[in-house]
Amino acid sequence: MQRSVWNTQRPGGARLKFRTFAAFVGPSILMMLLFIAFPLVTVFINSFQVTNPVFTTQEVETCTPGFLTQTCTTEVKTIPVIGDDGEVVTVTEWVGFASYANVLGGERAMSALAGFDFGALLRIDFWKALRFTLTFTLFTLPFVLGLGLAIAVVVNNAARHIKGPVIFVSLLPFIITPVIGALSIRWLFYGDGIVTVWLEALMNTDLSIAANGWAIEFLMMFYRVWHVAPFAFVIFYAGLQTVNQDTLESAIIDGASRWERLRYVVIPHLMPLIVFITLIHLMDAYRAFEEVIGFSSESYRITLQYLTWDYLTPDDAGNRAVSSASASAMLTMIGVVVLLAAPLRRTWRDHRGA
Amino acid sequence: MSDASLPRAMRQPFSLKLASNAFLLVWLLLAAFPLVWVLAMSFKSPVDAFSSNALEVIIGPRTLADGNGVSIIDIALGIAVAWLSIKAATRWLMPMAAGEGTLQRVFSWAVIAIGFAVLFVLGFFVVAPWLAQPLEALLGPLGRPVLGLTTQHYEAVWIENAFYENFQTSLLVTAGVVTVSLTVGTLAGYGLARSGSTLAFWILIIALIFRALPHSVLVAGYLPVFINSAELLRPILGENAPTLYGQPLAVIAVLVAINQPFTIWMLRSFFQNIPVDLDESARVDGCTHFQAFRWVIMPVMWPGVITTGLFSFLLAYNDFLVTSLLLDASNQTMVPAIAGYFNRETTTTDQVEAVAAAVSITAPLFLLVMIFQRQIVSGLTAGAVKG
Repeated sequence: MQRSVWNTQRPGGARLKFRTFAAFVGPSILMMLLFIAFPLVTVFINSFQVTNPVFTTQEVETCTPGFLTQTCTTEVKTIPVIGDDGEVVTVTEWVGFASYANVLGGERAMSALAGFDFGALLRIDFWKALRFTLTFTLFTLPFVLGLGLAIAVVVNNAARHIKGPVIFVSLLPFIITPVIGALSIRWLFYGDGIVTVWLEALMNTDLSIAANGWAIEFLMMFYRVWHVAPFAFVIFYAGLQTVNQDTLESAIIDGASRWERLRYVVIPHLMPLIVFITLIHLMDAYRAFEEVIGFSSESYRITLQYLTWDYLTPDDAGNRAVSSASASAMLTMIGVVVLLAAPLRRTWRDHRGA
Repeated sequence: MSDASLPRAMRQPFSLKLASNAFLLVWLLLAAFPLVWVLAMSFKSPVDAFSSNALEVIIGPRTLADGNGVSIIDIALGIAVAWLSIKAATRWLMPMAAGEGTLQRVFSWAVIAIGFAVLFVLGFFVVAPWLAQPLEALLGPLGRPVLGLTTQHYEAVWIENAFYENFQTSLLVTAGVVTVSLTVGTLAGYGLARSGSTLAFWILIIALIFRALPHSVLVAGYLPVFINSAELLRPILGENAPTLYGQPLAVIAVLVAINQPFTIWMLRSFFQNIPVDLDESARVDGCTHFQAFRWVIMPVMWPGVITTGLFSFLLAYNDFLVTSLLLDASNQTMVPAIAGYFNRETTTTDQVEAVAAAVSITAPLFLLVMIFQRQIVSGLTAGAVKG
């Protein structure tokens, strides 16, 4: 994918001068600086800071009317300091890596690691989310590629007049709002959903999918494959139109079977597309989020992005754990960097070589 | 491709054809079943919708018993009205749209859409009932309701629960995101496509990294700033500094920025398909770069712009994460608003209302794929096959 990108340009005479280039690109760069780069910096800073209300201790005497004399008790209460403007006074402190330690599980994580107790480690939210996100991302990938390729080959093989409607129906799972897509599968399975009823009749047992973590995990993966396979299908289908017919024919003359033609002619031709879909899928599945909402799986399975979202939503007291959210966001970023390092290195080499 | 035109070795044995078509059928069922099922559920009374018998969900005996049903005549009339209004739209209204110029075309498409909607509503709610009543009385057994069907959940969602307010916010946010990101994105995409400099390369690479960022990372950066923005901006803007939290306009800006990396990559690949000779000849004729862009390149660029606009629309319309965190409950968009239904799902009625809300959100997307299928496919493949 990347190689051809850089070779198609070099327009020579029509090249823009720097000033014109800046005028064209400026607004977009400004938007990205203001709303992507700048927030990244604030997240980075926030992850080392904690903002808390200032508390003071105060002796409070409470008296209840009694016979002859009042009964008075004095107790020491912790109350937030109210400033002149009527707002709670807050103080922001540098806490170093405390928020990170908090998100990673601190003492609990250390003792779990020391004892090689992975069960205990996976009870900590961050490690639970990491475990699920990675399994989810890597496990769905082969199915997305395989199903996408299979549909593409089959549609390519189908009669011409049904191709349009087939592509229409196949696009639906991809185009639908992710939360709604997840919900529509959830309604088939949760409680006495129709598919659960069929499965129960088939296996003659009682199933309770909404209470089984592994069943939910499977459903979330199933949803993701259902949602992304059409994307892979469309791209593979377009790629199949450009397979060199001469090569295919010479393969036939050489006596290659149908399977060998697919394996040694078609798939190598599609290789750049496979790399492209893999990259996009890894990026998107790594930031999975909507599945958790759609399947209400937060007490069984969470993803890294959900963890940050959860820190950011106000708790019962109305507080948002911004510094924990920032720390977990920065930890999530490490994964993105690892993911993109290899393809970016290759692109850079191609650019310099071009 | 007919079989005869193929070389003998490429012809497929019958068994392979059967297997391939069977697989296709299984996939189509898998793709459509959850959506079709949810659609069927949304028109039934709660008892039928969550019945464990598939037939009851489809036919809806309980809904029928409650007095909500349609007869065979109603169904036939409904299909006829739908068919006629589609025919009318394509026969009479479409040719009227043959205007020149973008603005004219947008305008005439809007007129067609409204005309289509009017035909549909008139047919369904005026003509069909007017015809159905005497016919039903006349035909006796054929006129008896056979299929349970109720729109009560839709009424509950849209009227009682004021879903139209969420719809308005969604409309505002998506329209804003599409307009702004296309304006900003086409400029940048053109600049990047026509510059081979290392700077352009780095901008694209950084945009690629930005595309991979989880959105929650960015929102973690906005949220504290947005909540306190009135205080932060007071030194600059004075007393009427706004609190950005809960403002649809702020959400538009955020979604545009999040969408920007994707937009510029896609538009750039479309611009690269337009020959540079076109720019050069415009420049020779004395256009400035901007004039060449506006009067020569943009007119041939509309397919790319429409495709990219579709994907911007999808991003803004489908977003849950950003809108749920940056807008408060009073002005939510549709997708986060639906979360409210299944959080409080205590009764099955609430659940069926959630189903009806889900179908309401999906319907516009369904229309979108129907109309723009080719553009969506070309957009998906633009980055991969050509780039």
